[in-house]
Amino acid sequence: MRYHVLHKTQYDYERTATLSQQLLHMTPRDFQYQNCHFHQLTVNPLANELDRTFDYFGNIIHHLSVFTPHKTLIVESESNIELLPRPVLPDLQHSSPWDIVKHRLNQQGANFADAAAYLYDSPNVSCNSKLAAYALPSFNAGRPLLDAAYDLTQRIYKEFEFDPEATDVATPLTEVLEGKRGVCQDFAHLMIGCLRSMGLSCRYVSGYILTTPPAGRERLIGADASHAWVSVYCPTYGWVDFDPTNNCLVNNEHITVAWGRDFSDVSPMRGVVLGGGKQSLDVSVTVTPVFDQLKLTGLVA
Amino acid sequence: MLYAKHMLNSLLSRYPRSQTRHDELLETSGKPRQHWQTLLETIEHEPPLQMRQRVDAVRRQVRENGVTYNVYADTKGVQRPWDLDVLPFILPHEEWAQIEAAVVQRATLINAILNDIYGPQTILSEGLLPPSLIHGHAGFLRPCHGIQHPDNVALHTYAVDLARSPNGRWWVVADRTQAPSGAGYTLENRQVIASAFPELFRDLNIQRLSGYFAAMRDSLNHWGRLCAEKQSQANPQIPPLSQGEQPLTVILTPGPYNETYHEQSYLAGYLGFPLVQGSDMTVRNGVVWLKTLSGLKPVHVILRRLDDDFCDPLELNADSILGVAGLTDAARRGNVLVANSLGSNLLQSGALLGFLPSLCNRFLGESLLMPSVATWWCGEPQALETVIANLGKLVIKPAFPQIRETPIFGEDLTPAQRTALITKLRTNPQNYVAQELVQISQAPVWDNNSSHGIKALAVGLRVYACATPQGYVVMPGGLTRVASGLDGRVITMQRGGTSKDTWVTAPAAVSSLSLVRRTTSSKDLVRDNTHLSSRMVENLFWFGRYTVRNNHTARLLRTAIHYLLEFSPEHRAVEWPTVHGLCIWYGLMPADDDEGEDEYSLAPPSLSDEEIELLLIAAVFSDETPSLAGNIQQLFQLAFNLRERLSTDNWRIINQMAQSFSTASKQPNLTEALAHLDDTTTSLVTLAGFTLDGMTRDQGWRFLSIGRRIERLQFLCTLLLRALTMPPQSNLDWLLELTDSIVTYRARYSAQPEWLPVLDLLLMDENNPNAMVFQLKGLIKYLTQISTNYQGGGGEGRFIQRLAELRAMDPDVVLNHGSPQLIKWLNETYQASIAISDQLSLRFFSYSGIQQEFQYS
Repeated sequence: MRYHVLHKTQYDYERTATLSQQLLHMTPRDFQYQNCHFHQLTVNPLANELDRTFDYFGNIIHHLSVFTPHKTLIVESESNIELLPRPVLPDLQHSSPWDIVKHRLNQQGANFADAAAYLYDSPNVSCNSKLAAYALPSFNAGRPLLDAAYDLTQRIYKEFEFDPEATDVATPLTEVLEGKRGVCQDFAHLMIGCLRSMGLSCRYVSGYILTTPPAGRERLIGADASHAWVSVYCPTYGWVDFDPTNNCLVNNEHITVAWGRDFSDVSPMRGVVLGGGKQSLDVSVTVTPVFDQLKLTGLVA
Repeated sequence: MLYAKHMLNSLLSRYPRSQTRHDELLETSGKPRQHWQTLLETIEHEPPLQMRQRVDAVRRQVRENGVTYNVYADTKGVQRPWDLDVLPFILPHEEWAQIEAAVVQRATLINAILNDIYGPQTILSEGLLPPSLIHGHAGFLRPCHGIQHPDNVALHTYAVDLARSPNGRWWVVADRTQAPSGAGYTLENRQVIASAFPELFRDLNIQRLSGYFAAMRDSLNHWGRLCAEKQSQANPQIPPLSQGEQPLTVILTPGPYNETYHEQSYLAGYLGFPLVQGSDMTVRNGVVWLKTLSGLKPVHVILRRLDDDFCDPLELNADSILGVAGLTDAARRGNVLVANSLGSNLLQSGALLGFLPSLCNRFLGESLLMPSVATWWCGEPQALETVIANLGKLVIKPAFPQIRETPIFGEDLTPAQRTALITKLRTNPQNYVAQELVQISQAPVWDNNSSHGIKALAVGLRVYACATPQGYVVMPGGLTRVASGLDGRVITMQRGGTSKDTWVTAPAAVSSLSLVRRTTSSKDLVRDNTHLSSRMVENLFWFGRYTVRNNHTARLLRTAIHYLLEFSPEHRAVEWPTVHGLCIWYGLMPADDDEGEDEYSLAPPSLSDEEIELLLIAAVFSDETPSLAGNIQQLFQLAFNLRERLSTDNWRIINQMAQSFSTASKQPNLTEALAHLDDTTTSLVTLAGFTLDGMTRDQGWRFLSIGRRIERLQFLCTLLLRALTMPPQSNLDWLLELTDSIVTYRARYSAQPEWLPVLDLLLMDENNPNAMVFQLKGLIKYLTQISTNYQGGGGEGRFIQRLAELRAMDPDVVLNHGSPQLIKWLNETYQASIAISDQLSLRFFSYSGIQQEFQYS
C-alpha cells in the first residue's frame, strides 16, 4: 500500500513571537514494514535553522528555529509512504506464555537489550496496582502473550468511550482509568501502563491512520487525525502492534512516524516561544491512498 | 611542662572517650595523635583569652563576608549564617595520599561508567548492571546519549562524602556527580581559619588550595578552546580566539534563592567567571550566546550548578524555566562544554554503590581502593529480603536523587511505622537503597559554651576532584562537616550542621607561591568587562538608584524627627506640612484617605504627636517597603545578586547595614531611630565612597552612576517643586540639610538662608555634587559614552536640552519662591528622568530587545 500524508500544524499567537525553537517528530521513519519514499517540511515564516538528526530511539527529529517575528507559525509535513505487509498472525495462541516472557525480561535483561528500554516507568506512564488489577482478567497464568494483549486491546475498546472532550494532554492515567473515556493517546498510555504493570515491555507508537469513510461518501480532507497505538514485545515475534482505539492488530492502514516510551518521547512538535502571549493550535492530517490520488488527478482511469 | 600538662587536662577535661567510634584526636591510649599535638600545644601555651578572640574573629568574619546557606529554596528563603568551627580538621599527608589515590580512582571509574552508559552501553549488554538501574532511572537523559566529550571527560568535577569507620578505615558514603557543591565554602573556610591561626598554618606546613582551582580553570580553558575552534569551523562569522584570548566560561546558577547561591557567587568571583542565569543566554545555530551589554558573545564552557534535566526546556524537562533552550544540541555539536556533562546526575545514585567493585575490575582492571558503606539496592529481590530482615540495623534512603525523601533509620521505627515502611519497600523496591549504619569517627570541636574546652562530635569529610586532560586532581583539603548535636547519624548543612576547615599537612615545605604562574603579555590585557550580562547591568543600575534613594529616605526621616522633637505642635514651623507631605509622597507616612487622587496636592492629615511618632518609627523599622528598613532590604537583595562584582569591603558595609535593622529592639523609640538613621547615612556615604574610589570605570559602573544621578535628579525635582510652593516665610535650613549642602552654605553665607543663594547652590552651582547641574552634566557624560559604545540609545539629547535651559535662566528673575518658569522646568526635568529610566530598561535590560538585534559580532 502507498499513501500520501499531509500533516499541517498551525500556531496562532495573540502577540508577536520574536523567537521560536521547536523539536519536531514529523518524519515517518523507515523500518521493516515501512519505507518513506519522500518527505518534505515546509515552514512559514521561513525557518532560520532546520537540522535533521536522530533521537535515542532512532526516530528522525528536526531542530527548527524561527527568528523572524511572527504571529502565525505553520509547519507542513508531507510524505509518501509505502507499507509492506506484516506477517499474518493467524494463531496468537502460539506465542510464549506472558508470565514466562515477564520472567525472562526481568531476569535476563542483558539478552533483551531492545525490550529492556521499554519495561519501566516513563514520564507519562507510571505503573501501579490499579493498572495491574485492570489488566489481570486478560492475563491468566500461562496465557500466550499476544493472545492476552489482544484481549486487553478488545477490552479497552469495549469498556472505554472515545471522547475528545473528556481529557487533554495533561490528564493523568488514573483519571482515564476511572472516567473510562479519552482519546487514542489515552488508550495507548492506558494499555502501556497495564502491560508494564504486568512486567511486560511495550512502546508507544505515534503516526497516522487511514480513517475509512462511511459507505458511499468521499473521504473528508483533513478529517484524519494524528494517531497513536501500542507495540508489544514478544520473543521470536519481535514487536507486534495493537490499536486499542480501533480494536485491531496493526496492518496496512497505520503509518508509523516515531516510537518511544510514551507520548513525551515522540510528541510531534514541542518547543519554546519567546513572546506570543496566548496561543491557539490547529492540526490537520490528510492521509490519501496514492491510488486515489492518481485517480483524482486523472492519471488512472 | 607541668603547666602544659595541667592545661592539656583542662582543655580535654570535657572531651569524651568513645568506645564505639574512631577518635580523630586521641589514640586508644588517650594520648593525642601526633598531627594534632602542635595545635593542642599552641592552645595550651597561650592565655585563654586568645582562643576567645579567635572564636569572635571567626564569627565576625563569617558574618561580615556574608557567608550564608539558604535554608528554604523559596522567595522567603531564610538565610542562615554559615556555621564554622574555629578548630581545623587535620590530616597527615601519609593518610591523605591514600584518600587521594582512592578518590582519583573513583572519579576515573565513574567517568568511565558515564561514558559507557551514554555510549556503547556494554555495561548493559554484559549484564554488569541491572537494566532498570539505567532505563528505569529518571536521571537517564536519553537526548544526551551519544554526545562526545573532549578527552572522554564527562565528569569534570566530582565530590565524594567520606566517613571513617571504627577500625580507622575511610569509607565512601555517597558520590556527588551532578554539580558538587561546597568547594566555594571550603575556600572561604580556609581564608577564615588560616587567618585565625596564621603561625600554626605556616608551621604545620599545610597544603594550599589554590593549585586545585588553577588546575580546574586551566583544564576548562583548554576544553573551551576546543569548543571555540568548533564554533568558528561551523560558523565562519565567529572569529577564532586570538592567541592568548581566554575562552568564555560562565557559571550557570539556578538563581539567588538556591541554597548554595552564596557559594556560587563566591566561586564566580574567585575564578573570574561570570555568574549567569539561564535567561542570560540564548542558542543560535547550535552556539550558546551570552546576552551582554555589547551584544551576544559566544560561550565556550558552562560550569553548571543547575540540575541537568533543568538545563534545556527544548530537549530535557520542558517545564524548566531556568535552562537554555537548545543547550543539549549545542553540547552535541561540541560548540559548548557543559561541566558536568548533561546526564551525569544518573550516577549520583546510592543504588550503584554495590556494583562498583565489579565495575572497577571491568573498566579499570584493578580493585576498588576505598570501599563503600555496605549498601543494598532493594530493586534486587534478594537484596530486598536481606534489607527487610535487617531493617533495625539499616538506614533507608531514596535510590535516585529525584526522589526527595529523608533517610529513615530502621532502629527509630515503631512496629506500625516498620510495617508501613516494608509495604512501601515492597511496592516500589527499585526506589530505595539500604545502607549499613556506620559509627562514624569523632573529632575535636571547640566548645563555645564552656569557658575553655574541646568537645567531640561526629564528622564526615567531603573531598573534591576535578578533571584535567591528564587525569583527575584532588583538592588537598575539603569540607569537613560536623553532625548537629548528639545524633551523629545525620550530617547535613541544611539541618544546621557545622563545618570545619580541613588541613592536610605537606610532605615537604610548601611554597607560598603555590599558584601556577602564568604569563600575561600586553596583548592579553583586558580593559573592560565585555561579558557583563544585561541582567547584571540592570542590577547595577538599580543598585545605584537604591543607594541614593536610601540616603534620601534616611535624611528625610531624620529631618522629620527633628521637627517633631524640637517644636511643640503649636510652635511647629510653617514648613512642617511640606516635610510631612514629602514623607507621604515617598510612602513613608500614610496619606489622608479622604483626599483626592492628585498626589501633588496631598494635604497632610492632622495627627497628634504620638501618632506622628509611631508613624515615623514605623517608617524607619517596618519590614515593608517603602520604609527605610524595607528599602535597605531591597538594596541588600540587589547587592546579593551582584555579589561577585562587589569587593569584600563593599559587601561588609551592606551586610552590616542590613543586619543592624534585624538586631533592632522590639519596640524602638525615637532616640534609637535617630541613631539608626545616623549609622545608615554614614554607611551609605562610605558605600558611595567605594563606588567613586574603588570600582573600575567600566560599562557596569557607568550604569550604576546613571542610576545614582537619575535618583538624585528626581529627588531634587520633587523636593524643590514642593519647597517652591510652601509659605514664603519658611525657614530653608531643612532644605539644605536634606540635600547635604548646609555646610557649604554656612561657609559662604553667614546669614539665615534665603531663596536666591539657596536655589543657586541647589540648582546652578557647578561645584556642588548635590546640585541639579552636577547631576545633569554627569548624566549627559555617561549617556553619551553609552551612545558611543552601543551605536546610540543613550538618549542624552533630552538632558543636553534640560541643561541648556537651566543655564539660560536669569538667576535674579527665576531663582525665586514660587517662580512659574522654574516650576515648569522642574516638572519637565522630572518627566525626562522617568522617560530615560524606561528607555534604558527597554534598550539595555530587556532581553527581547537584544534578541531582535541579533548579530554575530
